[in-house]
Amino acid sequence: MILASNSLTTPELGTIVWTTLIFLMLLVILRAFAWKPIMQAIKAREESIKGSLESAEEARREMERLKADNEAIMAEARSERDELMKEARDARDKMIAEAKKQAKTEADKMIQKARTGIEREKTMAINDIRNQIASLSVEIAEKILNEKLKEGNEQNKLIAKLLDDMDLKEN
Amino acid sequence: MKVKNIFLICWLFFSLAVYTPGLAAIPQDHTDENSSAQDEDLHNEKENEGKEFNPSDFVFDHIGDSHDWHILTTPGGRHVSIYLPVIVYSKKNGLHVFSSRHLAHGHRYRGFMIMPEGELEGEIVEIDDEGNINEENLPLDFSITKNVAAMMVVAILLLWLFLSLAKSYRKTGISEPKGIQGFLEPVVLFVRDDIAIPNLGEEKYDRYMPYLLTVFFFILLNNLMGLIPVFPGGANVTGNIAVTFTLAAFTMIIINTNGNKEYWRHIFNTPGVPWWLKFPIPLMPLVELIGVIAKPFALMVRLFANITAGHIIVLSLVSLIFIFKSVAFAPVSIIMVLFMDCIELLVAFLQAYIFTLLSALFIGLAIKEEH
Repeated sequence: MILASNSLTTPELGTIVWTTLIFLMLLVILRAFAWKPIMQAIKAREESIKGSLESAEEARREMERLKADNEAIMAEARSERDELMKEARDARDKMIAEAKKQAKTEADKMIQKARTGIEREKTMAINDIRNQIASLSVEIAEKILNEKLKEGNEQNKLIAKLLDDMDLKEN
Repeated sequence: MKVKNIFLICWLFFSLAVYTPGLAAIPQDHTDENSSAQDEDLHNEKENEGKEFNPSDFVFDHIGDSHDWHILTTPGGRHVSIYLPVIVYSKKNGLHVFSSRHLAHGHRYRGFMIMPEGELEGEIVEIDDEGNINEENLPLDFSITKNVAAMMVVAILLLWLFLSLAKSYRKTGISEPKGIQGFLEPVVLFVRDDIAIPNLGEEKYDRYMPYLLTVFFFILLNNLMGLIPVFPGGANVTGNIAVTFTLAAFTMIIINTNGNKEYWRHIFNTPGVPWWLKFPIPLMPLVELIGVIAKPFALMVRLFANITAGHIIVLSLVSLIFIFKSVAFAPVSIIMVLFMDCIELLVAFLQAYIFTLLSALFIGLAIKEEH
């Protein structure tokens, strides 16, 4: 065989023994004092990172939930406020309208009253004027009569005339 | 910053090792009286005396294993090497432990020598009193070879790297990654999230993570160290069939010890196959059993072949300079090697990834619950 005849491809017993020895010792020592603590440390770190990420995610979700809650509360408050505002506005409008209406009737009433008062005063004034005019006319007439009746002649004539008028009127 | 420190420390450590006589890092003079007395020394002298350059020897010398770790050769022809410990056991002479310095350049020591050439080149053989080489019964060689030493360097580096990483996690706790963590954590997470979890499932991957991580970083660092041409690197560890064999064997053991009922039923009583394929001649079980071996075998060959091929290409490109015997060719060679190294860098990651991925995939198939 080509392989067997070549020293390169013939495993030496001594090398096998030493390799086994060295490798086994390396394996045992590294396993106990290196690989275990190293792997444990890496695992512990990875777990802590994972834990931190998870709690961060949890916190984020919580935040989001709170935010959503806040928003809902805000929206509710806003709508409530809007409603209150609307109610207030309505009430105000109603009050204004009522007040206006009331004022108008009151004014109308007052105007009416004033008007009737004026009318009455006017009538009274007119009557007064009329009475005054009448009394004045009588006075004037008296005065004129007094003047005219100073002469005897005249008086008779007038009496006659008045009597005529009266007769006519009575008829 | 820290990563730099690691290399600095390693470099210092090995520089010290090299220049400490106790560690047998003795520059060998080639024209030394002692060695010239030995006629086995020819092999090394050939190179220095400007004999015909043999690219094949050059390449296979570098990708192969050896009992010393050659660091550099000075212009004066002095070799600076680390002589690694030789541990041999022979039925006749028993166990011997000594520095490979005694066997350098074909020296004989305690009845052992390294075969300079032939089929057993580089192997330690026994020599009896009459000077006959026993080529039949080779002594068992448990030497710390260059590859084993390089593997140890990588193991120390990995321990240093990941133990300090673990310590840094104890300090930072669950805060963001700092320093060395930022550098290594993405790779660890890559193994977990892109290799382990998709293939093994969320519930079961935990159990196999230590193996997958260890095998991934072991292969990766060995691949990367192999790309460094200077001393602590340069060894062809993951391009050594014994190493990849061992790693693949680990995967195979894990697959078969963790395989559930469903896994074994698929092997011995494959569902959806006519009965006459299973009885009286168990054709399907045989095919499935071949599959059990073939999966780790493919893992072994893939890693070995990819890494060795990369080393061979880079070394061949370098040897072009010596084949053409022209410095003028060096820039071309350097550009091509640079290009190859970039690809090799990718391959280093890719092969570590593929080995780990396929290991995870095979384990995942063996532990998968039927739905």
